Amino acid sequence: MNKAEILVIDDEPQIRKLLEITLESNNFIVRLAENAKQGIQLAANHPPQLILLDLGLPDKSGHEVLKELRLWYDKAIIILSVLNHENDIVQALDNGASDYLTKPFRTAELMARIRSAIRQNNNVIVNSKSTCDDLEIDYSARTICKNGESIKLTNTEFNLLALFFKNEGCVLTHQFILKEIWGVGYQTETHYLRVFIGTLRKKIEVDFHQPKHIITESGVGYRFI
Amino acid sequence: MKLLNTRELSSIKQFIISTAIILTIALIAFFFKELIGYKVVALILLMALSLIAMLFEIKPVLFSALLSSLIWNFFFIPPIFTFHITSTEDGLMFLLYFIIAFVNTVLSFKIRKEEKKARQKEKEVEQIQLYNTLLNSLSHELRTPISTIIGSVDTLQDSSIHLNEHQRKELLCQIDTAGIRLNRQVENLLNMSRLESGILSPSFEWCETNELISKVIHDFPAMHQEKIKFVPNETIPLMKIDIGLMEQIIHNLLHNSIQYAGENNKITIDSIFEKNVWKLTISDTGKGIDQQYIDKIFDKFYRVPNSKTGGSGLGLSIVKGFVEMQNGNVYAKNNSNTGVSFTIELPVDVSFISNLKNE
Repeated sequence: MNKAEILVIDDEPQIRKLLEITLESNNFIVRLAENAKQGIQLAANHPPQLILLDLGLPDKSGHEVLKELRLWYDKAIIILSVLNHENDIVQALDNGASDYLTKPFRTAELMARIRSAIRQNNNVIVNSKSTCDDLEIDYSARTICKNGESIKLTNTEFNLLALFFKNEGCVLTHQFILKEIWGVGYQTETHYLRVFIGTLRKKIEVDFHQPKHIITESGVGYRFI
Repeated sequence: MKLLNTRELSSIKQFIISTAIILTIALIAFFFKELIGYKVVALILLMALSLIAMLFEIKPVLFSALLSSLIWNFFFIPPIFTFHITSTEDGLMFLLYFIIAFVNTVLSFKIRKEEKKARQKEKEVEQIQLYNTLLNSLSHELRTPISTIIGSVDTLQDSSIHLNEHQRKELLCQIDTAGIRLNRQVENLLNMSRLESGILSPSFEWCETNELISKVIHDFPAMHQEKIKFVPNETIPLMKIDIGLMEQIIHNLLHNSIQYAGENNKITIDSIFEKNVWKLTISDTGKGIDQQYIDKIFDKFYRVPNSKTGGSGLGLSIVKGFVEMQNGNVYAKNNSNTGVSFTIELPVDVSFISNLKNE
């Protein structure tokens, strides 16, 4: 398998060094940029499989860089930032970030997110079935199996779970989910969403108080793993 | 000093009250005018004026001085019901009344100004002491993990020291813990400054609190998780709270209990909802808190004397700040047997809809 290429855009030399060593030792090819201009140029010249983007760059806000990149770059972009307020996270995700990790981060966590984001790049549904741990979904038959046993879901619950399956490993904001499932105009009804997540969890989780599949990202949304 | 509060009344109220005092006293004196003589009335009015000068701001006091002198002139100095003064003695007395009333007012105003200055100075001294405490505890809290990191790295890098695998791992573990500790302190400081700047405003969102509590518990290392007992309360409705603030609140309370309640500590979390109030109690089985300090523990930078080193005195004050921001309150109480209980009471919007009709 070809080594995947990752572009790191971060102005802190220490973070760049840490990422370079960690990513290379995990069999990635790493390119480094220390500001927005360099980063965008590198991304255009050698489009990587994934971009790790810092939000606090010296020459331009990372949010701007993200928007600019998203005009033509359609692969994964993971935000790596010290900003840990929900508003920044939601804004970045709405602007098209695939994921968001706050500094300080654990390298194991970062590697897991990177792998899942790169998997998403190649996620074309060729099969009508897909699995995640003990769950199996059949999109065409509209069925879910847990450990081989069929689970009864309502229409909305199925749509919700299918949306999660298609975005496995990624954070989905409340607004995104509401728009996808209920349509435009329901974006503020996070209340609905929580109720449905609750019933869905009761059906698919082993212990719904300690969910292993549908993980809450406080104030932001949900991640399906 | 309840008397001092009168100066915080609105200026209209101050005018009304001081005028009422003058009028009442003048009215009473008017009836006894024959008995005491009109000259004594001047002294009585001056006394009332001194009282008013003690209570109120300068403008209503000056007004009272003017009003009382006119009243005395009009109703008491013969010929009464005129502003006319016939004898030189009365004219002189009226002039003196006016001067004394005025000097009285200005003097008491000046004294008060000095008082204010002294109080301000006292406050400044207190502030400086507070900052010193802050700097001391901060530099300790930040330097300890930094020294650990630098020292451990030195040892790891020194080629003349031979470390076995266990020792190497131990040092790396120390660096790890120090990093986490530094991060927590920075988080606390940021929260504190966010609180103090006043820019922080809560954003309420629907929350499944059983899940929130479980999540916070799971952020602690396994050895600490074992100490915490939480049975999700299935009857709790969805509630509107600020999730980010609440997470920090529960984290800080659990962290506090883990830090100070000793080795064999057992922590219990109880979550109940009644009468539109969410009541969350976190109780431990430690030594409890000496009753004389229990009201102070939520103060900024306050640390119970002789408590275990480490800790900046910020954790609980952030808890209090974040709870109050959501219009709730938090208090600590020693348990009847052993340990201490922290209780948070939050007024919340709720939703009992737990099963929407599905299409």
